This record gives sequence, C-alpha cells and structure tokens, in this order.
Amino acid sequence: MDLSVINPILLTAALMSAATPILLAATGELVVERAGVLNLGVEGMMILGAICGFAIAVETGSPLTGFLAAAVGGAVLSLLFALLTQVALANQVASGLALTLFGLGLSALLGQGYVGIKPPRMPDVNFGFLADIPIIGPILFSHDPVLYLGVLLVAAVWATLKFTRIGLILRAVGENHDAAHALGYKVVRIRTLAIMFGGACAGMGGAYISLIRVPQWTEGMTAGVGWIALALVVFASWKPWRVLLGAYLFGGITQLQLNLQGAGVAIPVEYLAMSPYIITIVVLVILSADKSAAPGSLGRTFHASH
Amino acid sequence: MMRLEKRPQPSRFFAYATPVLAVLATFVFGGLLFATLGKDPVQSILTIFWEPIFGEFAYFYRPQLLIKGAPLVLIAIGLSLGFKAGIWNIGAEGQYIIGALFGAGVGLAFYPVESFLIFPAMVLAGAFGGWIWAMIPALLKVRFGTNEILVSLMLVYVAEQFLASMSLGLLKNPEGFGFPGSRNLQQYASAHNAEIITGSGMHWGVVAALIAVIFAYVLLTRHRLGFAVRVTGEAPRAARFAGVNPSRLILFCLGTSGMLAGLAGLFEVAGPAGQVSIDFNVGYGFTAIIVAFLGRLHPIGIVLAGLLMALTYIGGDIAQSQLGLPAAAIQVFQGMLLFFLLALDLFTNYRLRFGRAETA
Repeated sequence: MDLSVINPILLTAALMSAATPILLAATGELVVERAGVLNLGVEGMMILGAICGFAIAVETGSPLTGFLAAAVGGAVLSLLFALLTQVALANQVASGLALTLFGLGLSALLGQGYVGIKPPRMPDVNFGFLADIPIIGPILFSHDPVLYLGVLLVAAVWATLKFTRIGLILRAVGENHDAAHALGYKVVRIRTLAIMFGGACAGMGGAYISLIRVPQWTEGMTAGVGWIALALVVFASWKPWRVLLGAYLFGGITQLQLNLQGAGVAIPVEYLAMSPYIITIVVLVILSADKSAAPGSLGRTFHASH
Repeated sequence: MMRLEKRPQPSRFFAYATPVLAVLATFVFGGLLFATLGKDPVQSILTIFWEPIFGEFAYFYRPQLLIKGAPLVLIAIGLSLGFKAGIWNIGAEGQYIIGALFGAGVGLAFYPVESFLIFPAMVLAGAFGGWIWAMIPALLKVRFGTNEILVSLMLVYVAEQFLASMSLGLLKNPEGFGFPGSRNLQQYASAHNAEIITGSGMHWGVVAALIAVIFAYVLLTRHRLGFAVRVTGEAPRAARFAGVNPSRLILFCLGTSGMLAGLAGLFEVAGPAGQVSIDFNVGYGFTAIIVAFLGRLHPIGIVLAGLLMALTYIGGDIAQSQLGLPAAAIQVFQGMLLFFLLALDLFTNYRLRFGRAETA
C-alpha cells in the first residue's frame, strides 16, 4: 500500500468532476420537489441522457450538442412522468419507478451500436494565466465548461427560488397546491414545467458521466447515481447550496475510494466500491430526524375537484 | 370540453379491465417499437406470446414458465403487501441476492456431506438472509424515520458488490481452476433444488410460491393483519384509530417481502442458476415490481401477471435467437406495460365527462 500516490490537489480537482453528475441531477430534482412532486425516475432520466448525449456527441462530433441532446432526452422522458402523474393522476412513487425501469431498457436499446466507441473530448475552459496559479489553478481553473455550469445552476436555482416571483409561485404550488389553485395559479402547468426542468438537468448529469467522467458507453453505467441524487435532496433539506455541499461530499467519497483502490489498500475493491452507498444510508439516517423542511404537498396528487 | 370527474366508488369494471387494456396497448405500441427496429410486429408478438405455449417446441418452453414465473410471483407477493400499505420495498433484488448467498453458503459449508437435512437448512438460511437484509431499511424507518425507498435501493448496490466479493473470494470453487463462481450446487445432491417431477419445471420454489399466494390471500381477506395492511394504505388516519401499530406493520411488511425475496434467491441459486456467480441475478427483484402492480396487488392477479412476465422473458429469448430482437427491446416492452397500467388506472377512480362543468 502506498498512500503517497494520492495527490491531494488532483484529488480535490477530481472530486469536483465526480460530484458534477450528482449535482446536476440533484439540483433538477430539488426544483421538482419544491414544486411538490416526487420524481423517483431520476436514474432513468440520467441513463437516457447518458446515451442520448453520447450518441449525438459521437454522430455530430460536438460534445456541446451532445449535452443539449441529453437535456432534451431527459426532458422528453420526464414528460412521460408528467403525463402519468399530472394528467392521469397516477401514484408518483409507482410512476417514478416505471420511468426508471423504462429508461434503463430504452437506453440499453439505443446504446447497442455505441459500445466501445470513444466520444469526442470536451476541451477545458481556458482561463489563461489563472490556471497556472499553484494549487488554486489546477483545482478551480482547469475544468470543462459543464462543471462550471453545474455550479452556476445551483446559484441560479437559489436566486430564482428566493428572490423571484416565479420562485415564489413554484414554492406556493409545492407547499399547498389547493391554496395555489385557489389563487388562480395553474398547478398542473407549473408542475409539468418543473418536472421537465428536472428531466433536462438529470439528462445532462447522465451525459456528464458518459462524455466526461468515464468517457464511454456501457449499459446501466449510471449505477445508482440518480438514487444518490434523490437522497441528496433530502440530505440538503431542499436547499440549493446544501445540494452543492452534499454533492462535493459524495464526490469526494467516490473519488477517494477510487484512489484508494488505485493505491492498493488492503481493503478489497468490492468493499471500497460499496462505500458511497453505505455512506448515503448513514447520512440519510442522521438527517432524517428533521423533516420540517419538506414541501407541504410533496408526493400528493392534485386534482381540482377536491 | 373534456374533464375528469371523481367517481363516488372505484369502478369494479375498470379495476379488472385495466390490466387487460394495458396489455393490449402494450401489444400495439410494442409492435410499433419492433416495427421501427425493422422486425415484423405481428410475427414478433406471436413469437413472444404464442410460440412458448402453443408453438412447435412448447413442450420445452412450458416448464420454463414455472421456473421463471415462480421467483417473480414469490417476490411480488411480498412486495404487494407493503405496496398495499404504502410501504415501498424497492430493494427486493438485494434481498434476493443476500438470501441466495446465505442459503448457498450453508449448503457449501456442508460440502461434501450428504444429508436430507441440508436443503431445509439452506431454505431457512435463505429466508433469514432476505429477512435480515430487509430489516435494515425497516428498523431504520421505525427508529429514525429514514426513507425506506432510498435505503432499500442503496442496499441493492451494496448486495451486488457483496455478491462479487463472495463469488471471487469466500465462496469461490476451490476446484474451479481459478474461475470466479462457487461450486455447482446442481452436482451436489443434498443441496440441489431439483425438479420434483422431472421435466415439469416444478421445483420447490414453485411450491413455495403457491404457498405464499394462499398465505397472502387468506391473510388479506380473513386475518386482522391483512385488514391492518389494507386500512393503512387506504386511510392511514383511520388505521391509527383502529389500533394499528404502524411500526409493527412496517416490520411485518418489509420482513415478509424480504423473506420471500430471499427464498426466491435461494431456490434460484440452488436450482436453475446452480451456482453463486457475479451475475446469477437477472433483475427478478425489479421485474417483480411490475408483476405486483400488473396483478393489482391481488394474490391471484399476481399469479397471472407473473406467468405473463415469465412469458415475456422466455418469448424474448426465442425472439432474440430467431428474429435477432435485442434483449433490451423486451426490457422496454416490460417498462411500457407498467406505464400503460398506471395511466389507464385513471379510469378506475375517475370518469371522463364531456361538456361544460355545471357550477355548484
């Protein structure tokens, strides 16, 4: 075992990259849940985004177009969920599960011709001399644009929820859909838009895995990241900045266990690989005592007749 | 102008008709999917749903119906109890794996001793393994209010890693020339879950599934506990007034579903699969969720739904080899079925009205 091969600077830089898929998906899901909808289909939307992004990036040669396609793919799939839960008034838990099962199947079907191909690389943002600053340079100024987009997204969601009229309406719909309906807000329309936003974010998160993190396509490659993102929203008590914190925490654990595997620690690989999931459970246990922050109408079906 | 009106009582007709309509809708849209893949839709559907039962080689495929259906029914019966009460065990796949590991572990520990006691001991160990794995989310939910959906699902990934570790380490066949995977239990008479009647597909897992169906039916229709399950799902507040203890119900529902999933895993690993290997599990734990919903969370319905899903697995294999239909297409097909079921369920509780709403 040789722990000196783990470079703290590279570890911190890689941690941010490892956190980005979770961050994107969790931020999207946060908006959905603040609108009062529990979408358990994050994993399905991520994996569909992963293959849509990958396929389009390979076909067009442009990773950026790939990310756009991933967002569209995730949003289209989430529209199915919106149709089920908002129009057909189906149970949200069951519909979310259906979305995940369907997404996993559909992505495997779409991805058949793409196994073993390398996608075009996304160039890092050029910060000029900033990237040459010791320690801070490699950690903060040597990443791809999507990573920065993730952080900006958190800021944008935070500001929108806190300071804008749209944010206020969204929260009202999530806290009490009957009251919001009585005030004349279109509950179903607002929720559908929130669900599609969540789908687009999850799709981009998936594409980040297949285009930047891995970068390759394999069936079921999201391996539970979507579910960790769901747990993260609970962990963050539905607050955007805490999502960022939580995502970096999980990113750190994932990256650290990968580095420990590389360093040949005496713990078997399988036990290191299960650690992110176990830590998710532990964190859920510690934080689940406080549910006061949950949106009031979370998971409840809305129909104007009652 | 079209609008939805809540029915005063759920429609009995639609409660029964929805699964049938969902299957028909899936045939249509599944056929379209197969057509876009360049396959003849009618022939594809016939290959999947007709060939295994009435085709030329049906004598070979019919027993498979029991072999593939039994684990699905066994797991789905357990899940349905929880789903009815609003307790969501999504981690049956993990409980299935751990049950198989516990059961196979007991069997392999006795190798090469032959005794009629070994198989019953394995069955007990398998049930215990699934039960204990389900107790983790159950106890955490009871004690800390942790979300059982997320915890049980996380434990699937933990169980998969555990399975990998076991089949490469502790349970690896010492005479296996370094290949991953355990000894083959089919070649160890005392531990083999053999067919009870040769060539019928009828193994002990099928018997267990039938017992579970009868048990669930009696429980739900005749027993106080079944009443507690139903009333908790339909009216949680009323359940509290009726003296239902929510903690005990959570422990019971998750424990039972875990136990049944563990049993399904043990019967599979000791029978059709034969050995503990990295990928002996094929996702029955997740497909069983579709089976539970398609069967309307009713024991008899689950048997029918389980057989139908088993058919899609068998027919899917045939379509794969004969028509080159990708395995993932079957997965999409199964997911589609759940979608249509959930969507069409709308008409059980609501009716469609045309014209303007009269103001009250």
